[in-house]
Amino acid sequence: MTKFARKGKGKRPGINTASLPDIVFMLLFFFMVTTVLRETNLKVSVIVPFASEIKKLEKKSLVSYINIGKPLMTEIYGTAPRIQLNDAFASKDQIREFISSEREKMSEDDRKKMTVSIKCDKNVEMGIVTDVKEELKKASALKVNYSSRSGTKKEIFSNF
Amino acid sequence: MAKRRELQEINAGSMADIAFQLVIFFIVATTMDTDSGIFRRLPPMPEEEQKEEREIKERNIFVVLVNKDNQLLVENELMDIRDLREAAKEFIANPANKSDLPERVPEEIPYFGTIPITKFHVISLQNDRGTSYGTYIAVQNELTAAYNELKNELSLSKFGIKFDDLKEDDPRRDAIEKVYPLKISEAVPKNIGGT
Repeated sequence: MTKFARKGKGKRPGINTASLPDIVFMLLFFFMVTTVLRETNLKVSVIVPFASEIKKLEKKSLVSYINIGKPLMTEIYGTAPRIQLNDAFASKDQIREFISSEREKMSEDDRKKMTVSIKCDKNVEMGIVTDVKEELKKASALKVNYSSRSGTKKEIFSNF
Repeated sequence: MAKRRELQEINAGSMADIAFQLVIFFIVATTMDTDSGIFRRLPPMPEEEQKEEREIKERNIFVVLVNKDNQLLVENELMDIRDLREAAKEFIANPANKSDLPERVPEEIPYFGTIPITKFHVISLQNDRGTSYGTYIAVQNELTAAYNELKNELSLSKFGIKFDDLKEDDPRRDAIEKVYPLKISEAVPKNIGGT
């Protein structure tokens, strides 16, 4: 009689799933902590230009976004580039209001670090961007990020 | 007498399923894309009184014009964007101390001692209202790249470490920033032509 005799032809034991909820909860907490909920629906189409000297935006709570591009629903809103603040189209005169309301939301210390990220489509003409920049100067929101994504030389110089 | 029945435990078998549903919700609602881009500081709005421009010597200013047909005019000469980076680097550093490039003023900087830097140089970037944003960013990118390359070269030769690898609060970083201060002036565009 061997010591390690097989105990009959029993069924293979199933994998113990008792710890499955724990694992799933771990995943859940990971996603809950890292989540930044989508705040706005884009109403303009934005394909940001390519660049190589880019830096990442660190704290999302300090960043306000200004989207500029052609409206998605061209049959209703036409094809002229528009500015989108929060969830709605806006004119450039509303930017100052927007900046001050964004400032209100921040704590006293964070207000100085406020960054405005300009997400502008690469085919938009500079005129509208310049107007936005002027408005930002007036609102003294001077830290600006020109949103762009990393690309090769060929992609960066595609306009030339 | 009937024995009191023990409390029945709650069946936890479906806990995993419920948690999975929550996980899926968060995965869907999450935006993982981190925004990135080129950082700039806009100049503050000038006060009404000090409207007059500061006198800037001709040699200290590097004019880059971009028109609506995406052509570059650098220091009154047509230039290809591929040459812009080198031209900007030469202008910012003025290594040969040429008389038509910015003057080098001795300045005391930690780690470096007193070294000549092109303290008063300004790169003036002007664009047409019709210039496309992509073109504008490409030019901005090249100018930023010129600064970054100079900083990297200096950092490598002096400290043996890349500028990007220096920590945010490293005093050596500040020293290099002082040698090559970023000075790009974005003037309010006029219609440069090509309309």
